[in-house]
Amino acid sequence: MFDITPEEWTAIELSLRVAVVATLVSTPLGIAVAWLLARRNFWGKSLLDALIHLPLVLPPVVTGYLLLLSFGRKGPVGEFLDNYFGIVFSFRWTGAALACGVMSFPLLVRPMRLSIEAIDRKQEQAAGTLGATPWQVFFTVTLPLALPGILAGMIMGFAKALGEFGATITFVSNIPGETQTISSAIYSLIQTPDGDAAALRLVIISAIMAIGALIASEFFARRALRRVHGL
Amino acid sequence: MLRIDVTKQLGELTLEVAFQSDSRVIGLFGPSGAGKSSIINMIAGLLKPDRGAIAIGGETLDDTATKSHVPPHRRRIGYVFQDARLFPHRSVAQNLDYGRRMNRLPPDPAHLQRILDLLDIGYLQTRRPGQLSGGERQRVALGRALLSKPRLLLLDEPLGSLDQDRKAEILPYLERLRDEESIPMVYVSHDPDETRRLAGHVVMLRRGRVTAQGGPEILPA
Repeated sequence: MFDITPEEWTAIELSLRVAVVATLVSTPLGIAVAWLLARRNFWGKSLLDALIHLPLVLPPVVTGYLLLLSFGRKGPVGEFLDNYFGIVFSFRWTGAALACGVMSFPLLVRPMRLSIEAIDRKQEQAAGTLGATPWQVFFTVTLPLALPGILAGMIMGFAKALGEFGATITFVSNIPGETQTISSAIYSLIQTPDGDAAALRLVIISAIMAIGALIASEFFARRALRRVHGL
Repeated sequence: MLRIDVTKQLGELTLEVAFQSDSRVIGLFGPSGAGKSSIINMIAGLLKPDRGAIAIGGETLDDTATKSHVPPHRRRIGYVFQDARLFPHRSVAQNLDYGRRMNRLPPDPAHLQRILDLLDIGYLQTRRPGQLSGGERQRVALGRALLSKPRLLLLDEPLGSLDQDRKAEILPYLERLRDEESIPMVYVSHDPDETRRLAGHVVMLRRGRVTAQGGPEILPA
């Protein structure tokens, strides 16, 4: 039962790589967006908010298709990135990471935004009177105090990215060794005669990974919360 | 020398104050809602006046006529808040060192030791803010402000959140600070006894206006 084949290992490794890259690239952007939404009032704020949440309410296949239209080889963004930076998303694992990043972004941003909103601005004022520039205040007070929410957002985003299926398979297809993540591997196996045992193996592995992420998130959130409460 | 002449609309309250003093400790005295905290927030640069100017020792910090406003982090004015506002995610030692690091000042062990001794906070250094009593927290906040080497220290009811015994514990430290450190202070309080013990020049405020100013003898008994 638990003889994991090399193909399955590849899918596991790829899923992890896609989810890790999607989360790491989304995190700085997520923090910036969370900060903007929590702290600034600007024209188009509700629009930005809606845009971020769009992947949550759109059918994933629609998000995937929109990504294909814009980031595919023939898409305006995809063509530009290919011509000037040599970055190609379509049918590559990087495209899977992009799809996962977009799909998980609302889940990643939300806890970050809430934790930034919860920070007592008076702490930041105090830092200013001690000589900290606004950037120093951000890095020495805001960011550390928002850490529980940032970690929670990263782990939520990671868990979502790990399981993303619809947008990924639409955008980058289901190519073993390149874009076939655990989810799409399970999908293929279910449609293969005698694939049940292998599918079940991957199902168990993906459940273990998801539960592991949740436990890790609990652990980090508690530790960070203690720090924020000054204990 | 602190010189202030400002107006500021704060909801219903029109704050309109002007005073100057080169006393070592200026006491801003008045009931709550008189605008005392708003005045020192303007001195700190946390609040901008609608009109007027603020200057310390000849340097203009605010002047609405020339649209100049020095941001708080460039004023070198220390601020001790009523609620201390220690950084909860940093140890006491890191809180104390914060201002020095942000201002890129070289380490000054002698100064640090002097402040630790003056405020009796050396033994607290490894603790975290959540593990301090109210009085300890206020002393650390005082030390943190002093160690950023400010040219003026603002104290906004630093004893306001403490009970009588704790107040009696902190007051001597404030007197020592006044007598041993050559740093001018603005002390906000609604307690005449506290103000009498510390201030050399008293500015009495009521509903956003200066009602009287002079030596501590003008304070109500």
